[in-house]
Amino acid sequence: MFGFGILTGLTFLPLVGAAFILTLKGDDEATQRNAKWAALLTTIVVFLLSLVVWGRFDTTSAAFQLVEQKGWFGAGLTYKMGVDGFSIPFVLLTTFLTPFAILASWESVKFRLKEYLVAFLVLETLMIGVFCALDLVLFYLFFEGGLIPMFFIIGVWGGKRRVYASFKFFLYTLAGSLLMLIAILAIYGKTGTTDIAILLETKFPPEMQTWLWLAFFASFAVKMPMWPVHTWLPDAHVEAPTAGSVILAAILLKMGGYGFIRFSLPMFPDASAQFASLVYALSVIAIIYTSLVALVQEDIKKLIAYSSIAHMGFVTMGLFTLTTQGVQGAMFLMISHGFVSGALFLCVGVIYDRMHTREIAAYGGLVNRMPLYAFTFMVFTLANVGLPGTSGFVGEFLTLTGAFVANSWVALFATTGVILSAAYALYLYRRVIFGVLDKPSLADISDLTPRELILFVPLIALTIYYGVKPGPILEASAASVANLLQTHTALADALKVAAQAAQ
Amino acid sequence: MSFTTALAHHFLPETILTLGVLALILVGSFRGSRAFGLVNELAIGLLGLAILSLLFGGDTQASLFEGAFVDDAFGRFVKILTLLGSLVTIIMSRDYLQRAKLGNFEFPILVVLSTIGMLLLVSADNLIALYLGLELMSLALYVAAAFARDDARASEAGLKYFVLGALSSGMLLYGASLLYGFAGTISFDGIAKSITGAPPLGVVFGLVFVLAGLAFKMSAAPFHMWTPDVYEGAPTPVTAFFASAPKMAAVAITARIVMTAFPGVAAQWQQIVIFLAIASMLLGAFAAIGQTNIKRLMAYSSIGHMGFALVGLAAGDEAGVRGVAIYLAIYLVMTLGAFAAILQMRVEGRPVEKIADLSGLSRNNGTAAFYLAMLMFSLAGVPPLAGFFAKYYVFLAAVDAGLYALAILGVAASAVSAFYYLRVVKVMYFDEPAPAFDHSPLSLRAVLAVSTIFLLGFWVYPAPVVEAATAAAKSLF
Repeated sequence: MFGFGILTGLTFLPLVGAAFILTLKGDDEATQRNAKWAALLTTIVVFLLSLVVWGRFDTTSAAFQLVEQKGWFGAGLTYKMGVDGFSIPFVLLTTFLTPFAILASWESVKFRLKEYLVAFLVLETLMIGVFCALDLVLFYLFFEGGLIPMFFIIGVWGGKRRVYASFKFFLYTLAGSLLMLIAILAIYGKTGTTDIAILLETKFPPEMQTWLWLAFFASFAVKMPMWPVHTWLPDAHVEAPTAGSVILAAILLKMGGYGFIRFSLPMFPDASAQFASLVYALSVIAIIYTSLVALVQEDIKKLIAYSSIAHMGFVTMGLFTLTTQGVQGAMFLMISHGFVSGALFLCVGVIYDRMHTREIAAYGGLVNRMPLYAFTFMVFTLANVGLPGTSGFVGEFLTLTGAFVANSWVALFATTGVILSAAYALYLYRRVIFGVLDKPSLADISDLTPRELILFVPLIALTIYYGVKPGPILEASAASVANLLQTHTALADALKVAAQAAQ
Repeated sequence: MSFTTALAHHFLPETILTLGVLALILVGSFRGSRAFGLVNELAIGLLGLAILSLLFGGDTQASLFEGAFVDDAFGRFVKILTLLGSLVTIIMSRDYLQRAKLGNFEFPILVVLSTIGMLLLVSADNLIALYLGLELMSLALYVAAAFARDDARASEAGLKYFVLGALSSGMLLYGASLLYGFAGTISFDGIAKSITGAPPLGVVFGLVFVLAGLAFKMSAAPFHMWTPDVYEGAPTPVTAFFASAPKMAAVAITARIVMTAFPGVAAQWQQIVIFLAIASMLLGAFAAIGQTNIKRLMAYSSIGHMGFALVGLAAGDEAGVRGVAIYLAIYLVMTLGAFAAILQMRVEGRPVEKIADLSGLSRNNGTAAFYLAMLMFSLAGVPPLAGFFAKYYVFLAAVDAGLYALAILGVAASAVSAFYYLRVVKVMYFDEPAPAFDHSPLSLRAVLAVSTIFLLGFWVYPAPVVEAATAAAKSLF
């Protein structure tokens, strides 16, 4: 329509729903119900549309597909959208999980509900935009724009320390991203274009790559988050409302990984090779340190937040191994972590809605009154641990395999993280679910409602399905990964030849 | 070119305003105290007419009155911004002034007079014309600052501004006389031609003094001292005026004089501009953190924004001037919108100006809170709002010119300043409601809405502003 393609439609469709909700007047029961249904239907339609995109997507090609391009600012900038094997899984993850975020807030959010739903729909637009943008400036617009709705989601609907958490989230991410902006400007100054497809073909001089890589790294490492710039995440997670945590853990964190795989690795290959050991070190520290920190947490959400940081450590480690297993494993782990961490936060939301506390000590023996919940929580706990048969296993195993090929010491240390993750996750599970139900406040806690069951069944199904049959996700990115690594190998060879010639 | 052709083709807005303001003074003196409403409306009409004459006037470049003034695309672009700033100020001021029993017909006249000074300043092409425009602008501004003559704070503001302003004018004159002495000419082109190679020390001194005088007018650090006090003390519509139109003119003439009179000594003035930019950005970022008064906050914010605008100028090329022009346009809209919101802060008939008074505005008045929140995000430079593009274009020029350190300090300042803009949003959205504001007049709500919609929609269709700014920048080289 109007010369725009399906990706533009997909990206901006949530805004239509948001605009509709804004036209609703009043704050009574009926209006709230209408607003919720409007938001849910919008996100479901967006998901269906994203399936159409997936249907049109050719997984055998590494090229950008469904590309649409329009002149935008004059002067070299363009409005360019497109997807490839790296971005399409994230687009689907976003559109798949947003309806869950809306559903998760169905009963628990009453206060300023319309604004809440609008914030989520705007956020969905910006998230899809990040993964579809094929122009650096456009990417930056979506990437940074996402801060605004998330700032409101944490700050307005969050917990006790919401103001602190929202400011920390915003300023950390902004400070990281602004350095990336300088790098983007430098790239534009050097090449005269911000078209990602062209930049992927561009060879930057090695010294320049170093600086550009560091600037992009500042942004993505904060977003990811990597140790030691991870401290905003536990705060943001703990204070955010359930749906906010779900989106944050499942999608916003993945923007960091996506950034690495889209920009840092292919555009700055020399610098990536040069800094690989730095990334390994930070990843291994993140895996071990944050797992240990997770062990001693008193707050369920905080524990899961730290476990997310540890898992993201596996992702960054896998990406920079530059092996097929490592990169594919990182892609898989990001998607799987999207389901699993999202579902874990939903699990916390279930008991938080009933008891209004996230203290681990306030729970115990839930299995006696909530068998369905105990089962659900178990599935996701085991997936988080990386038990074979769940999707968590495939990603961790592949990244560790990749790491073993690249550097066996890294693999050795990272593998301890698997043990530690079993420790903190099972320890949490035991304290919350098992034991005697002797706390009076828990005496009449009720099991999952049908709405909550609807929420969890698809997630459980996917976690196990992809655990047994990881093919679909791996194939989606296979061609792009192969292409990325091929370029890298060619480049490394060229460098060797050049070095030999110089000698 | 005959005198009348020059007036009709290249000097039309100035002519309209000058003749118009004389008529306004007559109307005011004959109708006396009842004249405010009428003079106000006529002034709006005059400024609107001047904008139309620029929009639909010729687009040729010409030197006027023996090289005293120049009519070019850059001047026209900034003149439109200046006129827009004055026009919107007058529209916004009426309700406030009438309620504060300040509804005297002199206010619109002072604004128009000052605007004439700005137009002359923007198109000045020699040192005398520069001084003429600057003084016409400033004298009217001094009076406007002290317009609430029974209010001690306003009188203090006026006096402070006058004394420091006179000092800065003196510095500028001193610098101009040095330049004349060493270059032997007052015309910008002549100075450019006579200064080649290593400049004599006197020229460097003159340059420093002239730039210091101009930096005072645009309130760039370290010449910003008057800004917070004057912003706080002056009646809010006057503050809105101070924050908008004069800054356009001051930055524009700075850009014009360094580009046309001193292209040969770029290395000398670039260091000064870089220093001014860094000092202003950092001061604007850090000093605003502790403020509790929204007008003082806007004062420090404006200092910071002038710093960002100067980043573009520091690049010293066409892309830099384009960045400055875009920055000015977007800054103007943001400032006017923010002051439209501040003017709406009125509880039970009395104006309030603490940031805490905005508490919980999102629940008392969701629309106004949303608009002001978007303005704050835009001032902080968060995409996709227009404030981001303003910064984008100046930093683009700076990075292109190899000024990486400046750009990195700039984004650092921008991240710090995000803190206090966010605090305003936090107060409005996260805190418990304070007493609700009174119902505000349509003019203020309209200005707020239009400016926010411009900022929100800018990224969809930025072409008009960007193209006009590109043409404007081209005309300086």
